[in-house]
Amino acid sequence: MREITLTINGESYTREVHEHRTLLHFLRDDLGLTGTKEGCGAGECGACTIIMNGAAVNSCLVLAAEANGSVLETIEGAAKDGTLSALQSAFHEHHAVQCGFCTPGMVMSATDLLRRNPNPSRDEIIDGIEGNFCRCTGYEQIIEAILAASKEGKSHA
Amino acid sequence: MLEAIPADQLKHVGKKTDRIDSKAKLTGQATYVSDMTLPGMLYARVLTSPHARARIVSIDTAKAEAIPGVRAIVVGDELDYRLGLYVVDKAILAKGEVRHYGEAVAAVAADTLEIAEQGVEAIEVVYEELEPVLHPLKALEADAPLVHPDLSDYSYMEAAFTPQPGTNVANHTKLRKGDTAKAFEECEWIIERRYTNPSVQHVPMETHVAIVQWGHDDEVTIWSSAQSPFTLRNLFCTAFGMSHQKVRVIVPYVGGGFGGKAGIGIEPLVAVLSRKAGGRAVKLTATREQEFSLLPCRSQLTYNIKTGIREDGRILAQELTMYWDSGAYADYAVNVTRASGYSAGGPYDIPNAKVDAYTIYTNKPFGTAYRGFGHVEFFWGLERHMDLVAEAIGMEPLEFRLKNTLGPGSTTLTGEKITANTGNITKCLQTAAEAIGYRKLTSKEKAREKETGLKIGKAVVGLHKAPAMPPFTATTVILKMNEDGSVTANLSLVDYGQGTYTAVQQIVAERLGFDVSQVKVAFESDTDRDPYDWQTVASKGLLLSGNAAILAAEDLLKNAHEVAAQALRAQAVDLAHDNEKIFVRHHPESAVTFAQLAIGYAFPNGNSIGGPLVGVGRYIAQGLTHLDKETGQGLPAIDWTYGAHGLTVEVDRETGEYNVLKVVSVFDVGKVINPDEVRGQAIGGMLQGLGTATCEGYIYNEQGRLLNPSFTDNKIPTARDLPLEVDAIAIETPQIDGPYGARGVGEHSMIGVAAALGNAIQHATKAELTHMPIRYEDVWRALQKREPVDNWITKSPYGSCRSAPEIIKHDC
Repeated sequence: MREITLTINGESYTREVHEHRTLLHFLRDDLGLTGTKEGCGAGECGACTIIMNGAAVNSCLVLAAEANGSVLETIEGAAKDGTLSALQSAFHEHHAVQCGFCTPGMVMSATDLLRRNPNPSRDEIIDGIEGNFCRCTGYEQIIEAILAASKEGKSHA
Repeated sequence: MLEAIPADQLKHVGKKTDRIDSKAKLTGQATYVSDMTLPGMLYARVLTSPHARARIVSIDTAKAEAIPGVRAIVVGDELDYRLGLYVVDKAILAKGEVRHYGEAVAAVAADTLEIAEQGVEAIEVVYEELEPVLHPLKALEADAPLVHPDLSDYSYMEAAFTPQPGTNVANHTKLRKGDTAKAFEECEWIIERRYTNPSVQHVPMETHVAIVQWGHDDEVTIWSSAQSPFTLRNLFCTAFGMSHQKVRVIVPYVGGGFGGKAGIGIEPLVAVLSRKAGGRAVKLTATREQEFSLLPCRSQLTYNIKTGIREDGRILAQELTMYWDSGAYADYAVNVTRASGYSAGGPYDIPNAKVDAYTIYTNKPFGTAYRGFGHVEFFWGLERHMDLVAEAIGMEPLEFRLKNTLGPGSTTLTGEKITANTGNITKCLQTAAEAIGYRKLTSKEKAREKETGLKIGKAVVGLHKAPAMPPFTATTVILKMNEDGSVTANLSLVDYGQGTYTAVQQIVAERLGFDVSQVKVAFESDTDRDPYDWQTVASKGLLLSGNAAILAAEDLLKNAHEVAAQALRAQAVDLAHDNEKIFVRHHPESAVTFAQLAIGYAFPNGNSIGGPLVGVGRYIAQGLTHLDKETGQGLPAIDWTYGAHGLTVEVDRETGEYNVLKVVSVFDVGKVINPDEVRGQAIGGMLQGLGTATCEGYIYNEQGRLLNPSFTDNKIPTARDLPLEVDAIAIETPQIDGPYGARGVGEHSMIGVAAALGNAIQHATKAELTHMPIRYEDVWRALQKREPVDNWITKSPYGSCRSAPEIIKHDC
């Protein structure tokens, strides 16, 4: 066990963790932040995507101990003061959600993309979310939502 | 339930309406079973078989029991229950013999997942390997090992299925229409070929998960990622011999299903762990690998089609023989066989047909329902065959199809008469053709060919499907009026992403004359508190639950108007209402609000009438029959949704590499309830269909071990695999008994894609493809007319990549 301290969605957390605990299981099981999902546990599907120190990562491939001192953003922090982010609103309006299990990871990948590239082309959007599997939507309405959010120009807020 | 309301008078049906569940999902607040924990909950892991077929010589759990924190271990020999949807053939844990790679052999519940994992690893199993039977055609041979030697002892649904003891046949669906032998004599051409496809995994993003608490006095509570809470409860109670009121099934948000979560899965296993652990709740989440092998998949199909054509291009006769590889257990595969059997000819008018569809046991992970319920698989062969026949008789493929489509006056294979309201397959085909610019290349496409050196091909294929369901399929919707005059709908159809709850909200709002914001459709189905629904499968949810929702709204209004008539001292016939109040038509100021009526109306002096307002809508499928077991004749279809896929591909004729440029999906949905959701189903299913068509499929080694049970080796389409252009077009030929004329479209979106791809590739290159998925190397091999090479993939005897079998042209 070792003690870690990290910041998640602006809040500070200090916990004892096993060295082998993944960041994903730490978030979900130790902190109850279950918005981040587990789809494969092997870094293949992107369902567990969060933003760590400003970059999107598969949280199933990061050890909690490695994240000591990090600043994390998860889906729970995407809406501010009860208002969806422009990106979340665009997902809502464009029916970019079906079963919803890939949605948190998808939103975090898209958030990361729009911060790096506020006006991505369709192809750049595809690059940005290629690591996030969605079995329901066929991605089209997700791509349209991200394009619409980028046009509003405030999606990375 | 069709109400002839002009579209411009509809306020919600057919209009852009937000999904009711997307905000909860977008904020991470929607709770799935995989997110849940209960006080004192234990975590389970399962030990699975590394062999396709083996005798279990011994299982030693002593070392596992000694691990601190292990609370319960179960093995097959201590459990005397058998499960089965249609054929009761499956033990909760393998007993005596394992029948497929990945089958559950033992399970451990422990304080933590890690301890459960250690427990499973400490269990010692000695197997004696036996020769597996892996290919369905081999399984039919007289000396084949029997997957179920005790088949004669199993109970099964006798009205529909025909297991054949002493063989590996779990079911034989027969259909006889007209006289094929005689018709073949009158044919100018008779053409026969065989088409194949492997098993495929559904890949819901949330793997199967269940929490079960076997409580005091045998009160069992199940939280499950299941599609069908009532069917799960029914199968559970049947297996354990329990009263239905003892078992409660709760289904919150579900992370995708696609048919794979339709029946009963891991719940009984989790239940016996909980019982053995003294009633503590136990949670089991399938690993992704287990999702591929412990849990069921889509069946492999070998489809032989023999078609006789008259001189003028009319199909006179078809002999259709299907060999469905059920894997080790019958599950839904027997019903896939039955449903595919009766629609095996596609949306075409076939006067003489002979169908023999076999469900065959093999030692492989077992098959179940998967979006399309057999139709994705057999339409691959059928629509490839339509092109083959067209070419052989010298007719243009679309023209050949249009000459043979079902239309008013024609009869289906089971003898059902098609009417003008059944739907319009001709229009679907023509619309798809127009949308992809069929028969010609645009100047842009010509320029692209020149620039890339790739050859562009186009194809249009037709499709149809009816819900595969018992004739007595039924559902209920209950509407409860809240104190403020808003309403809450309860139903046990599960919305695991399809969007049906939003459609139900629109339908209820439409019928009540309310705003959609006044109508809540409650997520989380609970068999203790919500009314019955048979199952969430078959693209039947919108039609049945939509009708029940209309009836519930009418019932609620009738009850509200009755109380309002007393409150207003008016006759009920003189009353009208808006979204706030009921009023007297000729004295609108004489009004009472829904809020005043919601929990009972109180007169100023305190006298009260009415009571809480509830509306109940029950709907049961009308006029369906069982099918005759010898002839397959009868009425199995509550509705047929027709559709067409148009596809444009560019192919490198040297390497076989290709890019899908455009896919257009057209469906006769009767009436669009929610345009964005129809589009979401159409495009989502289309890409899932492209997954099946291009890359997905189970690959086994010669011992029957599954080689690719992971996302590393079994990719599903990513955003990168989306065609350059996609489109979805709805045709609206109203369904007379559909809600506002609507019919289902959830599965249809996937059905024609693979054949459209195969046909378009052939159009571009002449590559003869009869096996899907179509990988680049398969196109290359087909072009080179080369047999598969013996690499790690193709050494699989029964996986992907067979070269095209010979076309049989019979002498006429």
